[in-house]
Amino acid sequence: MTLLKMKFNQQRRVRLAQGLWLMSWLAVTGGAFIFCLGVYLKTELLRRDEVMENAEIHVVPNILMMVGLASMGTNWVASRVCQDSLDVSRFPRWKVPLLAWFAMAALLCCLLLTVVVLSYALQGSLEDSLKVGLRNGIRFYKDTDVPGRCFQKETIDRLQMEFRCCGNNNFKDWFEVQWVSSRYLDFTSQEVKDRIRSNVDGRYLLDGVPFSCCNPASPRPCLQNHLTDSRAHYNYEYQSEELNLYSRGCRQALTDYYMGLMNSTGPGVLSVIMIQMSVLLSMRYLQTAVEAAIASENPEGESEGYLLDKGVKETYQDVRAKVLGLLKFGQVDPSEDASGAAEGAKTADTEKAATPTPAS
Amino acid sequence: MAVMKMKFPFQKRVKLAQGLWLLSWCATVAGATTFTLGCLLKTELHRRAEVMDNTDIHIVPNTLMIVGLASLGINYFASKICQDALDAGRFPRWKNFLKPYFAISCFFTVLMLLTVIMSYAMTGSLESSLKVGLRNGIRFYKDTDTPGRCFQKQNIDRLQMEFQCCGNNDFRDWFEVQWISNRYLDFSSKEVKDRIKSNVDGRFLVDGVPFSCCNPSSPRPCIQYQLTNNSAHYNYDYQTEELNIYLRGCREALVNYYMGLMNTIGAGVLSVFLLQVHTVLTAIHLRFLQTAMEAVAGNENTEIETEGYLLEKGVKETIMEYLDPVLKFLLLKNQVQEGETAPVTA
Repeated sequence: MTLLKMKFNQQRRVRLAQGLWLMSWLAVTGGAFIFCLGVYLKTELLRRDEVMENAEIHVVPNILMMVGLASMGTNWVASRVCQDSLDVSRFPRWKVPLLAWFAMAALLCCLLLTVVVLSYALQGSLEDSLKVGLRNGIRFYKDTDVPGRCFQKETIDRLQMEFRCCGNNNFKDWFEVQWVSSRYLDFTSQEVKDRIRSNVDGRYLLDGVPFSCCNPASPRPCLQNHLTDSRAHYNYEYQSEELNLYSRGCRQALTDYYMGLMNSTGPGVLSVIMIQMSVLLSMRYLQTAVEAAIASENPEGESEGYLLDKGVKETYQDVRAKVLGLLKFGQVDPSEDASGAAEGAKTADTEKAATPTPAS
Repeated sequence: MAVMKMKFPFQKRVKLAQGLWLLSWCATVAGATTFTLGCLLKTELHRRAEVMDNTDIHIVPNTLMIVGLASLGINYFASKICQDALDAGRFPRWKNFLKPYFAISCFFTVLMLLTVIMSYAMTGSLESSLKVGLRNGIRFYKDTDTPGRCFQKQNIDRLQMEFQCCGNNDFRDWFEVQWISNRYLDFSSKEVKDRIKSNVDGRFLVDGVPFSCCNPSSPRPCIQYQLTNNSAHYNYDYQTEELNIYLRGCREALVNYYMGLMNTIGAGVLSVFLLQVHTVLTAIHLRFLQTAMEAVAGNENTEIETEGYLLEKGVKETIMEYLDPVLKFLLLKNQVQEGETAPVTA
């Protein structure tokens, strides 16, 4: 029993071919859109490369770019098939390539779905990568004279200003690190000596933050130093002060930003998947209808188109046997098994070939 | 005496009409581009409206938008004429519209050129507008509790961070203004009392700048306060310190930004202007076509060779022909007055 049979007369076949041609060009545009999306996402991830420790999240834009390019090529082929579909002499040469085309189109749909799932699944990995990257950035903030780390200060400052965040989890991360370089510390001063003696590692720790944590929306000029000391500043209460600095941590800010980016591309990717699926189904109908028409005595008459020759289960078993047969061809088995398997594969082949019409 | 008489075989007429049609569609697109560029410039000027004192500079984007829209309409009209140009039955209805079309399209083409010149001429006006606007912004920086001025602090801070500048001319502008609100000053402290007594107006002046002047490229953590005091900071020399805060003034930064924007837009508008001139010249060719068609009208065989000319009469007479209606309209009142005073003087 064939799956989803439909009757096609010549008029309907022509319309189907035209509609499919249009849709495949739409799908080419969709593929180009996916590629551009991938490039954009990759660029955005590369811009903040210095605060990410590993590049696992890059698999999402990489797949998007590959799928975009492949989809453009595949759908261009589909449009060529459409152009040849109504020409009895030219259509048969597409018989074998179409099998490969179906496999490719199905693979592309699966990959696109995978990308959507991955973009959610990799959030944890992104957060961890940012956690380590930001921690290093904050630790090496003061090392503006060390080659390889001299831009950490500028990177972290610009990051905090652009994303309106402070520190890794929050601004208190700055209290645990020496972010003022020893080159600018007067070691003869009592205050500096006290601070250095106050901790085991001999670091100059202070309850202050860099200027890039300052919030411009605050009504008062920014307070950067002695943040925990309510008496150090007039009319200042450490616990209730909210607007002075950015309260959000940079890890949170960056994760939100990238998740928002990937979420907003979700609907676009889903609609491209829809388009690709409809191209695939229409192509199958066109293939079966045109092949049936070519095989019958009257090529201009009515023919039947279907999605699957047999039911889903039988088709699956057929394909499985065929693939196993193909695999067995490669094996160096005892000759009887090999010939038996070849025969089995051949019969499966001819069975499959019997119902779709043989190429004339 | 006709100016520039030429012979026109049918094939040439067809080619001319087709070329004109294509050109006028290109010019329509160019007109749309000009309109978009005008909108862009207007948006950018509007974004920084709080630091500009007057809106004189807005005449540049306004004119660009008007010219863009007008050019869109005119060139669309020209393409419509071209479509009818080779149809002897339909062409005559456009005859009355051709003269106004020439006049209007010449006017707007010249206006386009004037806009580009204006954008350079108005640099001075933009600078003085920014000077006053920024001075006010810096003065009202501390007034975050005064309605109407409460966003000045945020605006100036974001402006300085985005354009990487400090103060009006340079960072010393902050030394002359009290930018710390009295609400956050402890008037019982000796330091505050000293500073307030040190000047006539009783303002709390510091040799410090807000945090938004800090330069992230500096290798050392930002020094904001006591900038002129070398002994206040370790390993610090006021005269040679370059990277600590932004040295550029915000007025200069903003003027450079807008001049760069207008230069880029000006280049685009100039190419649109050249395209428009080309279209007007081909519209003059259209006049050739018109005269050729007029010769054909009344002839049964439309595919013959015809003669065309640029101007029916000489240049001077044609100009007078165009200007007469305009002058009559403007001088109408004078004519009435002349009539009234004539009997008196006579």
